[in-house]
Parts: sequence; C-alpha cells; structure tokens
Amino acid sequence: MEQSQYRLEMKHISKRFGGVQALNDVSLQIEPGEIHALIGENGAGKSTLMKILSGAYKRDSGTIHIDGREVTINNPKDAKDLGAAIIYQEFMLAPDLTVAENIYIDQLSSGKTLINWKELNTKTKEQLTKLGFDDISPMAKVGSLSVAYQQVVEICKNLTRNAKILVLDEPTAVLTFAEIQKLFGILRKLRDAGVSIIYISHRLEEIFELSDHITVLKDGTFVDRVETSSINKEKLVTMMVGREMSQMFPPRNAKIGEEVLRVEHLNAGKMVQDISFHVRSGEILGFSGLVGAGRTETMKAIFGAAKKESGEIYYFGEKTDFKDASDSIKKGFGMLPENRKEEGLVLTQSIRSNSTFTILNNKIAPKQVINHKKEKEYVRNLLASMSTKYKDTEDNANSLSGGNQQKVALAKWLAAECKCLVFDEPTRGVDVGAKTEIYKIMNDLAEKGVAIIMISSEMTEIIGMCDRAIVMRQGRISGEFSRAELAEDNLIKSAMGV
Amino acid sequence: MKKETKIKNILIQNNTYLIFLGLVIVCALLSNTFLTTMNIRNIALQQSGPICVVLGMLFVILTGGIDLSVGSVMALGAAAAAYMIVNWNMHFILAMLITVLIGLVAGAFTGILVAFAKFQGFVASLAMMTMARGLALMITRGAPIRMEKDTLGTLVNKEYAYPMLFLVLIAILIFVFIQKYTAFGRIVIAIGSNIKSVELAGIHVRRYLVAVYAISGFMSALAGIFIAARSSTGSATIGNAQELDAIAACVIGGASLAGGKGNVTKAVVGALVLALISNIMNLCAVPAYPQDVIKGIIIILAVLLQLMTDKSDTTV
Repeated sequence: MEQSQYRLEMKHISKRFGGVQALNDVSLQIEPGEIHALIGENGAGKSTLMKILSGAYKRDSGTIHIDGREVTINNPKDAKDLGAAIIYQEFMLAPDLTVAENIYIDQLSSGKTLINWKELNTKTKEQLTKLGFDDISPMAKVGSLSVAYQQVVEICKNLTRNAKILVLDEPTAVLTFAEIQKLFGILRKLRDAGVSIIYISHRLEEIFELSDHITVLKDGTFVDRVETSSINKEKLVTMMVGREMSQMFPPRNAKIGEEVLRVEHLNAGKMVQDISFHVRSGEILGFSGLVGAGRTETMKAIFGAAKKESGEIYYFGEKTDFKDASDSIKKGFGMLPENRKEEGLVLTQSIRSNSTFTILNNKIAPKQVINHKKEKEYVRNLLASMSTKYKDTEDNANSLSGGNQQKVALAKWLAAECKCLVFDEPTRGVDVGAKTEIYKIMNDLAEKGVAIIMISSEMTEIIGMCDRAIVMRQGRISGEFSRAELAEDNLIKSAMGV
Repeated sequence: MKKETKIKNILIQNNTYLIFLGLVIVCALLSNTFLTTMNIRNIALQQSGPICVVLGMLFVILTGGIDLSVGSVMALGAAAAAYMIVNWNMHFILAMLITVLIGLVAGAFTGILVAFAKFQGFVASLAMMTMARGLALMITRGAPIRMEKDTLGTLVNKEYAYPMLFLVLIAILIFVFIQKYTAFGRIVIAIGSNIKSVELAGIHVRRYLVAVYAISGFMSALAGIFIAARSSTGSATIGNAQELDAIAACVIGGASLAGGKGNVTKAVVGALVLALISNIMNLCAVPAYPQDVIKGIIIILAVLLQLMTDKSDTTV
C-alpha cells in the first residue's frame, strides 16, 4: 500500500447546488498532528467542503483519502467511523443530560440493559483530566456549564470515539478571551498527541497564533496552501480577495436626493450597539461584514420586527418609531428578509397570494373581498415587470427556482411601493443570471427615488452596487466607505478588525 | 402533463368526495332504510351541531392550532341558552344571540392566551375545556334544564321546514365564502404555512389568531344550541369528545394538523363521512363498542389516503 504523508487528503472536490457552483476542483491536505487553518470569505466554500467531509453533503466529483487510503463517505456515520468529527457552533449536546451521559451517549444505547454509572463517571473523569479539565464534574448537567466548557465536552465526546481529524467551525465566536486561551491549550495538546485539526475562523490573529498551515479558498476554488510562518496578514488578505470584477453589475443613473432615513445611536441587544447612519433617496447603501455581525438584527430593529432599546430614527426628517412591520409598510419602509424559505415566502401557498400579502388588506381587498380576476392580472403585470419565469400564478411558490422565488418574495415589496427598502442578502442562493436581474430591479428602484439599503456578505456585490458602504463587526459599525474607497481589502480589513 | 396522470391527480385531489360517494353506495346496498327521507333527515338534524363545530375547528387547525374546548363550549352554550329561556323567560332568539356571544368571548379568551401569552393552542384550549364544562355544570346545577317545545324547539319544527337546517347551510356557505374570497381566509391559511413570513409582510398575525379561536367558540356555542333544540333540553354533559370527532372530520377532509392545509367543503364532507359510518352501523345493528373500533380503522384509512395526496402535491 502506498504510504502517505497526509492524514487527510481531499482531491479535486466539486459540488454544485442547482445553478451555483459551490466548489470547483478544490483540494485540501492535512498532515498528522497539525493545526490547519481553512480560510476564505463567506461563500468561499469552507462549510460546503467540511460538510462533504462529514458526510452531510455528497460530492459531485473528487476523492477523499485518509492515511493514504481512498475512502467513501456517503453519510455522517461513515465519517464518524473513519474518525472525522466536526464540532459545529451549535453543539450536538443534550443540555438536560449529564456530562458523562453526553460523552458516552452512543454507548448508553448499545444494548446493555443496566448502566454502570460509577464506571461511566470514572471513565469520564479520566478523559476530562487528560484534557486538563478535571474541574468539570461528570455528573453536572451540560446545560449548566459555560459555553466554553460545553465545547470541551463536545471535543471530549468526539475524542472518546477515536476522532483523529477534528474540525472546528468558528469555535471562538462565543468565547471570552480567557476561554479562548484555554481552548487553544487543548488544541495544541491534541495536536501534539497526533490529532489533525482543521480550524475555520475569520479571526486572522487566531490563525497566526495557532495554525501550522493555511489553505485559502475563494469563490469555491482553491487559491493556495501555505506555511503559516511564511506569510503575513496583508498577504493573506490579498489572497482572499483580489478577484476581477465581472460584468455582472448593470449601470445606474440614479440621482441622489434628500435624506430619507437617519438612524442615531440605535441599541438593540448585543448585536446592535450604537448604530448611526443615514441613507438618501436614489442611493444604494451597502451593509457589509461577516455573517453574524449584527446587520440583519440592526435592520429588523429599525423595521419594528425586533425590540429596540434606545436610539432615534428620523424618516423624511421627522422623528419616527416603526412600531411593527405593519406600521413600517404603511409608512413606506420595507424589508426583504434574508432567508426566503423561512421568512421571505410562504412556500406552500400560491405565487399569487405570496405577491400581494403587503397590500392584501388595502389595495387587493379593501372591503375584505378579493376579486380573483383583478388580482391575478395585477400579479401577472407585477411579475412581468421583473421578468419572472413561472407557469401559473396559482402554482405554489416552492415550484420555482431560487432566482424566481426571490423575485416573488420581492414582488410584495414592489407592490407596497416602498420609499425605503432593505434588501437582506438579496442574491443568496441565486444563480448568476438572476443575480444581474435582481441588481437591475434595485437600480430601477433607485432611479425612481427609492432609498435602498443592501445587506450583503459578498464584497463584490457591495462594491459593484453601492454608492456607499458601512461595515459592521461584532454588533458595531467598524467602518464607512465612499464609492471611491470601496475596495475588497478595505472592506475585509474592517470586517475582520485587522 | 400526461392525461393519465391528470386524471389520477383529479382523483387524488378529490379523494374526500370519493370516499363519501363510495360510502353512500355501500350504505345504500347494506340497508334499504338508508336512503329513506326520514333517515337522511335524521342524519342532517343530528349533524347540524357537529358540522358547526367542524367549521370553527377547521379555521383553528388551518393556523396550525387546535381547539380542544369545543365540546365543553357546546355544553356551556346549551346550558346558558336553556337557563335564560326557562329562568328569565327570555325570547329564544335573544337567548341564542347572547349564547353565541358567550361562545365568542370564551373562544377569544383562548385566542388571547395563544396569540399574546404564547400558549400552545392545545394547552390554552385544554384550560378552556375544563372551565367551560365547569361553568355549564354550575349553570344547570348538574341536572338538565327542560324547555317548552315552542322555544328552541322551533328550530327543529317540521311546520317551519326545520329552520336549523337552513342555518347550518348558511353557515357552511359563509365559511366557504370566507375561505375562497376574503383576505381573512387567505391570511388564516398562510399563517399556518409560515407565520413568520406573514408577520414580516406587515400582517397583524395575533389578531387573526384571536379571531379564529373566537369564531370556533361562537360556532361551538351555536352547536350547543342546536343540540339543545333537538331535545328541548339544556344539558351540561353534551359534547363529550366532540373535539375528537371535529378534528377527525377536518383530517379526513385533508387538513393537516401542522396548519396551512385544509378546505371547508371537504371538512364538512369529512364530518358526513363519520356520520354515515355511525348511521349505517346503527342501521345494521352493530353493537356500540365494535362501532368505535371500526370508526377508528376508517379514520386511519382515510388519513392514509390523505398522505398519498401529500406526496402527489410535492411533485408539482
């Protein structure tokens, strides 16, 4: 048998979701006993690659080798049996069970009728001591532990199952500084014991502190694999960005007019702290940043879909409070939600009813009664104005492709004739052609004088579309850039706090 | 689409009606008293109350909720109407109006718990279930209240051509209209499909939740009046397990307890399916206990058929 220097090799992996090429010929090589950082922008394909490793997704092509041997991973159990474990941000722990029960949960159901609790607790204690956490009681309920300790339990659980490849996806996002240092201690110890660790993080400092090698992905392609000691932050950022701007963005001739919305010192929980900004009519204002930076939370608080703590909102110069979604829409302020399957659409209802929810109680049925013929015609015209492709207005919304679904989700906001409209990740999961069409709709709206706020994690989109962009990081505004200053390295540095 | 699959789809989509039709044929073959005017009239009078309950229950189920209190509110309605007519000498029409208002208030109370206090429908209506039953027993003091025949009995008077049947028919038509032609009907079913999306589109979801439970209470009280009318007695013990029959009728009619799916006419036909099963077994002198077993089996078969429909739906 061929002897390999790598613990894990993923070769020429490709994966497509509908019209989107999520991974294109990506390779990854991990040595035994190393910490390997996997980095890239949102949507670069890191999670998809790891989900292929864990068996959650099936690859379209490519091979996976462990210790030089080609392996088949078709489901999560295959991955587990091969010793590959992923620790997600949301742990797979049962909060009401004890630490010991969680760690040995697979053995609890292994057919023995009686459980030797004493033995189980002793074994657990041993494992935890090995990791240097003898202060965690095996009998404590997991739900009562701090997040950091829960993470330790999760890691411990996977180690008892002989995991030799451990993937950590943004493990420090919820940890305090001291906890991070402790986690790093464990990871180094595991590395020295021969475990291969794949470490996904947006925090560059951590990557430089911890990792031995770095693999960079971008737009679903492999960029490079480098030794951490051979590179600096600036170079790494350049590797992550710096792609050519495509012809995707249609030209716009909107005149920027008076101020429509001004927000001052808005606070709403941990994710929205002291946010101030304004947007003018005809302007497209970008909200850039990493996923979870608090952009959606900010907009939802303004829109009235989440609670505000303090701060002022001025709408057309007047102090305003958008009480709830209904109140916002009445005043001409709309928000296309980020997740069209969960928030943007009622998938199992017709395209027609999906298009008119915002105006159902006034324009469509002011006296409660719906005129079906008139409504159908209205919807047909509305969808035609966005060149939406569909068979029949009576088909369910889930019969459409991603791009057309998004247009239907958008239809109700066009119908509401908003004067200020938030687009939250408007092109996520949408193929390239439909993306351009959605950009065109945004441009048309801007030309009509609508003030537009676009939340997007794709930096090209922010640069291609926006007149101005605000970057958020960990619930705060970390930068603001005029059109001339809009460049990927500016945005990414601001988003990552470099 | 191929012609065969088109026909197949039509059959599957109308399976509630087909079950009903098949059942009518089987019943007619099994018993020659089945298709007599008297038997059919009996079924219609018997089912007037239950159908009202089904109408209210369906809207609750469409939103993804459930109303367990319908049977108890029926009893409350019957008891309250009889009490007002007998003890206060109230005209029966006025008593009816007050009674349905009582049902409306009881339902709205459940609805407020669901919409504003975030109770699950199951729990909120469970509480109302015991409260309404207790109130009914307090009103009647545990003994049925007998009314004169010329009060609520007028509703089932042959000389006036059974006014109750017209009331039920009008109720069904109103509900069909609400579901098909009003913004209310559309929003109710959309709430059950995806409450978050509807709320973000600026619809006051909570008001609709209160409304469906209030309507269910209203219809249950009306059903209680109808039951009381048939025997000219207000009893606090009627409507036992009526919620289960109502849920079964909605499900046989293709409604999903997860919400977002269901149809008024089909649910009414679902109620009739249950009624026919009981009726034919009585006509054939099947004893009461096996009847329940057979009824359960038929509910299972009907739901299995509905699940087939679900599968054909997803292949749009």
